Amino acid sequence: MSDHTEKNVDEVTGVETTGHSWDGIEELNNPMPRWWLWSLYATIVWGIAYTIAYPAWPLISGATTGVLGWSTRADVARDIETHNAKNGPLVEQLLATEMNRLPENPDLLRYAVARGGAVFKAQCSQCHGSGAAGFKGYPNLLDDDWLWGGSLDDITYSVRHGIRNDTDDDARFSQMPAFGEFMEKEQIRGVAEYVYSLSNSDADAVLAASGQPLFAEQCAACHGETGLGDREQGAPNLADAIWLYGGDRESLIHTITYSRFGIMPAWGQRLIEADVRAVSAYVHGLGGGE
Amino acid sequence: MDYIKAFLLAGVALVAAMGANWALDPAYQLHAVLILIIALVMFVRVIRNAGEPRAVKPVPTGYDDGVIRAGVIATAFWGIIGFVVGTFIAFQLAFPELNFDWGQPFTNFGRLRPLHTSAVIFAFGGNGLIATSFYVVQRTGATRLWGGNLAWFVFWGYQLFIVLAATGYLLGSTQSKEYAEPEWYVDIWLTIVWLAYLAVFLGTIFKRRERHIYVANWFYLAFIITVAMLHVINNLSIPVSIWGSKSVQVFAGVQDAMTQWWYGHNAVGFFLTAGFLGMMYYFVPKQAERPVYSYKLSIIHFWALIFLYIWAGPHHLHYTALPDWASTLGMVFSIILWMPSWGGMINGLMTLQGAWDKLRTDPILRMFVLSLGFYGMSTFEGPMMSIRAVNSLSHYTDWTIGHVHSGALGWNGMITFACLYFLTPRLWGRDKMYSMSAINWHFWLATIGIVLYAASMWVTGIMEGLMWREVDDQGFLVNSFADTVAAKFPMYVVRGLGGVMFLAGAVIMVWNMWMTIRGPKAARAGATGTVPTVAAE
Repeated sequence: MSDHTEKNVDEVTGVETTGHSWDGIEELNNPMPRWWLWSLYATIVWGIAYTIAYPAWPLISGATTGVLGWSTRADVARDIETHNAKNGPLVEQLLATEMNRLPENPDLLRYAVARGGAVFKAQCSQCHGSGAAGFKGYPNLLDDDWLWGGSLDDITYSVRHGIRNDTDDDARFSQMPAFGEFMEKEQIRGVAEYVYSLSNSDADAVLAASGQPLFAEQCAACHGETGLGDREQGAPNLADAIWLYGGDRESLIHTITYSRFGIMPAWGQRLIEADVRAVSAYVHGLGGGE
Repeated sequence: MDYIKAFLLAGVALVAAMGANWALDPAYQLHAVLILIIALVMFVRVIRNAGEPRAVKPVPTGYDDGVIRAGVIATAFWGIIGFVVGTFIAFQLAFPELNFDWGQPFTNFGRLRPLHTSAVIFAFGGNGLIATSFYVVQRTGATRLWGGNLAWFVFWGYQLFIVLAATGYLLGSTQSKEYAEPEWYVDIWLTIVWLAYLAVFLGTIFKRRERHIYVANWFYLAFIITVAMLHVINNLSIPVSIWGSKSVQVFAGVQDAMTQWWYGHNAVGFFLTAGFLGMMYYFVPKQAERPVYSYKLSIIHFWALIFLYIWAGPHHLHYTALPDWASTLGMVFSIILWMPSWGGMINGLMTLQGAWDKLRTDPILRMFVLSLGFYGMSTFEGPMMSIRAVNSLSHYTDWTIGHVHSGALGWNGMITFACLYFLTPRLWGRDKMYSMSAINWHFWLATIGIVLYAASMWVTGIMEGLMWREVDDQGFLVNSFADTVAAKFPMYVVRGLGGVMFLAGAVIMVWNMWMTIRGPKAARAGATGTVPTVAAE
């Protein structure tokens, strides 16, 4: 600032000002703080060194790779390799062992359950809950009530092929009719009351009795004469206290009128074989496995 | 002249009517109707006044403060709206029932979130920047705003942009680009308004009567020019139809992501940093009544900041499809940016040399100092989070949200509040704010609110980052995503309470401004005495 000769000095600090004033604002002519300047230089020097060490500068095709040879892809590849090397023998065993013989090898079972837990948290918890207790329409996997069977083989089949999906020809399949299409409301109420009476003591005996013949005629083929269900068809046991869509009268009437059609994807089409086996072992081990 | 205006307005109304008729989506239709109404009202006014002899108005002298008064009110108004929506969506995250089944899809978090971010950044922050820049450029140039009513066009045009953007979000019109959600026609409108803003600001700089351009104006100018460039390039898109709001981006894949974060990061860098440093360089020395600490520092940190910020965007895309080299450069430039960012804090804080005692008595100055403190903290935290190793933990977690809010609430919010307290009595010719103790209340409510917000987000952010990466001894995932969400609940409630406190402080401010403006004029003649008579050009 050479356009003024008289030195302007700020009285409070004794520092010279630049001599400008805008709307009363002046500027002191303090030097830049040394620590600030040196820190700036240090980050610049560090920056140059870092860009030499790591991939940084774009060239015509590609970019400098850095003297350390580091890359994110190599990082991931190394992680996967380490993981695979550590677990490789167990994975081979898991793939070679028949599912129902898994419990004979405790080390392998422990590995499968740990791996299956991770798969479950990422893939299954969205519907069945992270604790596997299920929600309305999504079965609880902790109890011993199995729609399609609770052995290791049964569970593995359900996981691999899924239920009522249209992507896997081997998916488990069954379909309950929507009885509202050909039964009177009064009849449905009777059937519902009968079903209700199978697991409750406060049912209306007269109404339930009116539904009993209809049940024998329309429902027993799948759910059994006594309503105990049939795992071959995924027909639920109606005589216990476990209800996928609710066991109160209103829910039962809704289920009978409109039917239900729960779908599960075929995980064999989405997961690798080892994960299918592992998650089946995990579900089997949650408490209700047979 | 009147007939040309009427003709143009009629044309706009006609096109808007066609748009309203053929609109392909509700957002476009509502906007067409809105523009139709505005054009018709203006058309009728022009026609009614056409041919009437004009009352000869005296050539205006002094500073053009009308548009700044409007800007101050708009800043406070949109601030409250933005804070209310922000607090509400904070509670939506804690209590998902607040998404309201009956209000779907309009009350969905996904639609309200951009409403919050745009309201606080562009409506609250943007109006604050425009108003203060108009104030500062006149005072430090000792001249009236250039362009006459163009400044009013900038003001109303910007409000229209905000209304179009906000209603568009609620009706589902979005480009799905963070901080650049508005669709193509809203973008075009903002470009026009922004160029007008640039013209007013540059025009005023050109006709300044001071020999040198004050540092605050460098920052404001850098902000205006860079935002124009960022906005245009990131919004390059082709409309699917001129009668619908949907458009398709010109860039694709990782190029689009890089363009978006080049924009997104510099929205922070130039909108929320450079622009607000412009505010800082004028209002802090004025409030402290002290000279700026170091002229040299202001030059060096200005150019370093402007040069470096523009390269830092790739740190938003670590560990993605972005090539490693770009990610490295983004990180390196972010870290070198640390000191240039701190230059502004040092210059602001050290300006208080010889005036530190005023902190005891002046809550407005205290707000300025606190905002600089949060600025310094965020601009340290930012470079740190850009380090790849740190980012691999912090990315996608609430830590990012906490970081943004310690900057946005602490730095941008606090300095804007302080500027509003500075401006309100001066613009309306009052002695001082109606209540100093209310400012104190505001200061403490906001400060505690920010601390609750930032601290809770640090805790949940780091916790969820650690939970996501937690594996057992065999290398398998320990937590499901839902587990991490459930674990965050208490901190989400704390964050919401922080928001309530921040909002409460702002409500007190609005009340205080209202009472100040309603109150008596300053007793002494020419309380607006900072206004020297400016010769009419």
